[in-house]
Amino acid sequence: MGVGALSVWEKSSTARVVPPARPRKLAKVPFVELADGRLQGVVSSGSDIGRVYVSSVAARTYAFACSTNNNRPCGGARGMFCKHIQALVGEAVLQYGAERVARYLAVETPDGEPHAQSLTAAMTAARPVRGDSSAAAPVFSRFLRHLSYLELDPVTTPLPEMQWFPPTRAVA
Amino acid sequence: MVPADAGGGLMRGDLLSDPIDGLDEALAAVDAFDGALVAGLLRPGPAQATAVAGLADAVAGTPLAARVAEAAGRATDGAAGEDHFVALAAARCALLGSVHDALTHRIDEAVGRPAPEEGQAEAEGSPPASAVPEHGANLLAAARSWLCDLARGGWRGIDHELVAGAAPVVSAMLPDPTLRRRATLLDGFAAELAASCPGATLERVPVRRWADLWSRALLLTVPGAAGEPSVAPATGRLLPLGVDLQEHATAVQAQVHAVFEPADGGAPRLVRAGVSAPKPDTVVGAGLWQLLRPRTALLGAVSEGRSMELDAMPVTAEGDLVWDDGRARTGEPADAFATARVMLSAAAAARVAPLDRHPVRIAVPVLLEGYAARTEDDRLTFDVSGRSLTVDTDRLPAAGPLTPEAVAASHACVGLLRWDAGEFFLQPLAVEATVRRKAVAVHAGAWAGGTTDKAGVRAEKAATDAVAVLRERAGRLLRK
Repeated sequence: MGVGALSVWEKSSTARVVPPARPRKLAKVPFVELADGRLQGVVSSGSDIGRVYVSSVAARTYAFACSTNNNRPCGGARGMFCKHIQALVGEAVLQYGAERVARYLAVETPDGEPHAQSLTAAMTAARPVRGDSSAAAPVFSRFLRHLSYLELDPVTTPLPEMQWFPPTRAVA
Repeated sequence: MVPADAGGGLMRGDLLSDPIDGLDEALAAVDAFDGALVAGLLRPGPAQATAVAGLADAVAGTPLAARVAEAAGRATDGAAGEDHFVALAAARCALLGSVHDALTHRIDEAVGRPAPEEGQAEAEGSPPASAVPEHGANLLAAARSWLCDLARGGWRGIDHELVAGAAPVVSAMLPDPTLRRRATLLDGFAAELAASCPGATLERVPVRRWADLWSRALLLTVPGAAGEPSVAPATGRLLPLGVDLQEHATAVQAQVHAVFEPADGGAPRLVRAGVSAPKPDTVVGAGLWQLLRPRTALLGAVSEGRSMELDAMPVTAEGDLVWDDGRARTGEPADAFATARVMLSAAAAARVAPLDRHPVRIAVPVLLEGYAARTEDDRLTFDVSGRSLTVDTDRLPAAGPLTPEAVAASHACVGLLRWDAGEFFLQPLAVEATVRRKAVAVHAGAWAGGTTDKAGVRAEKAATDAVAVLRERAGRLLRK
């Protein structure tokens, strides 16, 4: 258990574990997350303002899926990453930084510093298969849950536990 | 040098670096127990048994002794039930509470401020309302069950399925203001665990932090533990010192630290006024201020450098104003440095409620002047009467004009004295620097109420756009 051996970070009550999301424009990809062993998110349709695509790429296998919120398969995601998935990867890199995305998906890019294009290329080169779209419903409901946070009113009763969550200037 | 008669400027740096009796022993017991949570208490090995027994020994002279000893025994057998985990969390909380008290006492000596006032507001205030509504009890039970599963599996045992168990509880709690405090803690904790899954392959574990969050969340599942605080009315003048911002992926809180001058001529008091909101993780930077601004005129007053006149504003026994715009109006200009110089040394702090005593809670407003700023290995320190005090510039909110460079170039600073991981440090709230022979003040929370600063306007625009897109999407998709 090495009691005396704890580092300063391990002994810190306010150690930063998850860097905050980097700011990005949300119009094209309003929601992206690294969760449930996937890069997953919601991509706005370019043609229909009432439609969104639920897209995902699995870690390690890069198995991909893309369908509308009404569970119609995306025509572009038959044998290869469609434009929605490519947009998803691009925005994930903006929000989390390429390194964190690469680590989560277990992608090794050939020449050092990963970026959106090299990540997509490396995953494509592994000839991923199309996964099943069963994740679409839970991802979409996570997106709706995410949106519902905007509907909650601020309060002025003290939240003492927020002392454990100082801001950080470090970015993802 | 620091003038000896400055209102709040005198600080004995030597007292902040001197050892404190018993501190290491208390923290060693905490560290050992925290270590046991890394592997989990499902099948404890000998080292974990020793750690849990050590925690029980450390509180053997307190009223908790019997319950904790029993809980430690059951935990050693790998048979701890929920009440046993609660007892262990309480013991850990008591130990850190004693650390809090020792550190706070040392700070009182070092800055020479008056002793905390006795729970005056409590004596006069209304009794606490029975806070948790009927359905709340079930949610608290669900949260407790999730937290106990975490303790059994340990931080090395977390996986997506286990961590996801918190989501329905948090979703059900968040809309209820009386459960907001617990929901916000569980949400931030669960998000951190989710980002760290699977625990088996983690490079390193934030040992004390997760044990802190776990034990705090567990204690708050005990009905009544986070009830509505009792309040008393406060009438007088509020003189802001600065804004402390706190955030996790899906929540933000701004706390304004201020000196309150009672209208009845009573002694000035240190108070805080907080406002918090849940948020989507993509709302960051200036977006945080935008979410909070509509709820309180105080952020605007702080940005403009004004005082506020309070009329029977509710204040808790711990010195937290429960802000209501109907009980406040904007007052005369009030400079934070003038307030700090004239009033800080005479302003008494409220006592912290026993359950809330933890070193992380320490945030004592101080004024420092005439220090020498030094940067070594990316670490900024102020030399204060011959001792160096670390300055945490990482906490400066990104959406604000106060930068690490401005802090390093300053000659006076209003900040919060804090303690973490074995040392005191300073969190700047505002600094004064000399620009063209004039003292210019820069405040970390200057953009809280809005800004005309060029970079600030850009940040505001980006945040407005982000929220507009999310609201548009929410309008189209949420109610289908």
